[in-house]
Amino acid sequence: MSSPGTEPQPPRDARHAWARLRRAGSPQPTRSNLLAALLAGALGFALIVQVRQTSVEGLENLREDELVRIFADVDQDGEQLAAEITNLEASLNLLRSQTTSEEAAQGAAQERLDSLEILAGTVEAQGPGIVLTIRDPLGGVKAPTILDAVEELRNAGAEAMQIGDVRIVANTWFTDAADGLSVSGTVIQPPYVLRAIGDSNTLAGAMEIPGGVTATVRRAGGDADVRITDEVTVDALLPLRTPQYAQPVPTESP
Amino acid sequence: MIPAIGLVLGIVIGVLLQPAVPAWLQPYLPIAVIAALDAVFGGVRAILDGIFSDKVFVVSFLSNVVVAAFIVFLGDKLGVGAQLSTGVVVVLGVRIFSNVAAIRRHLFDA
Repeated sequence: MSSPGTEPQPPRDARHAWARLRRAGSPQPTRSNLLAALLAGALGFALIVQVRQTSVEGLENLREDELVRIFADVDQDGEQLAAEITNLEASLNLLRSQTTSEEAAQGAAQERLDSLEILAGTVEAQGPGIVLTIRDPLGGVKAPTILDAVEELRNAGAEAMQIGDVRIVANTWFTDAADGLSVSGTVIQPPYVLRAIGDSNTLAGAMEIPGGVTATVRRAGGDADVRITDEVTVDALLPLRTPQYAQPVPTESP
Repeated sequence: MIPAIGLVLGIVIGVLLQPAVPAWLQPYLPIAVIAALDAVFGGVRAILDGIFSDKVFVVSFLSNVVVAAFIVFLGDKLGVGAQLSTGVVVVLGVRIFSNVAAIRRHLFDA
């Protein structure tokens, strides 16, 4: 409440006003001036304090209706967030179960792949089984005998077989060659070493049955020796042939 | 000049100390600050008018602050605190604007 403010003012010289301001600004350490400085300091202090207070203001000096509104807002937000949590948990569970079933499907597919690869002879296999060695000094053991032995082993549950360095699979064929045996086109000579993976006792028993492979070989002037071992390695491989004409019939996925 | 230094000093102290406003002062401080600002602008205008007096400035400053705080206090007691605060702020704001307009006219002839 310092000066009566009536507008408009009579126009004054601007330079005059600046000079007046400068003169007022020059230090005059009178008591009143110092007091004015003190008041100005208090003003600056209060200004900053109030600014800070406003920026950190909490709920304590809000009116009742504002508090009620804020409370309702918070309540609503809480409900929305709870609903969101429920949704997200549901999708989390969904994704988890999907992951689990996908893992199971992948495991099943891997098992299938393993057994098919062993069947097709595209991977090496090892396990318990027998090593059947057929010595044939007289050349009396012919392809049918070997085929009999292979069939006998298959019947006895052999899962992977190889003779010499040739893997025996479903379409392997045997025929007599000039100086030995042709297995799917590969000529091998005696002694024939037939390695089979399976239940070794059953396999060995299948070789020894009366009138069976061993007996037939002996009758042909050869000698069959069955060795049971815990670790038979079938390491001959066949290339994978993609079927040219046969197409799998699509089955309905589960 | 010395009051200007005081103002800066007060701001610096406020920034450094970061004091909390006591609860009983909270409703009054904003209005008091506005009232003090009005007094300061009025003082600058008085300097330019050539009628500045330290004594008048100090008294007007203090009375501004006290009256503003008292009006708010009274308003709170009467249950119209918020409305009265708004009224005081409007009045003081109008005064600040007219003072600033006068200062501008003095300094820039515009």
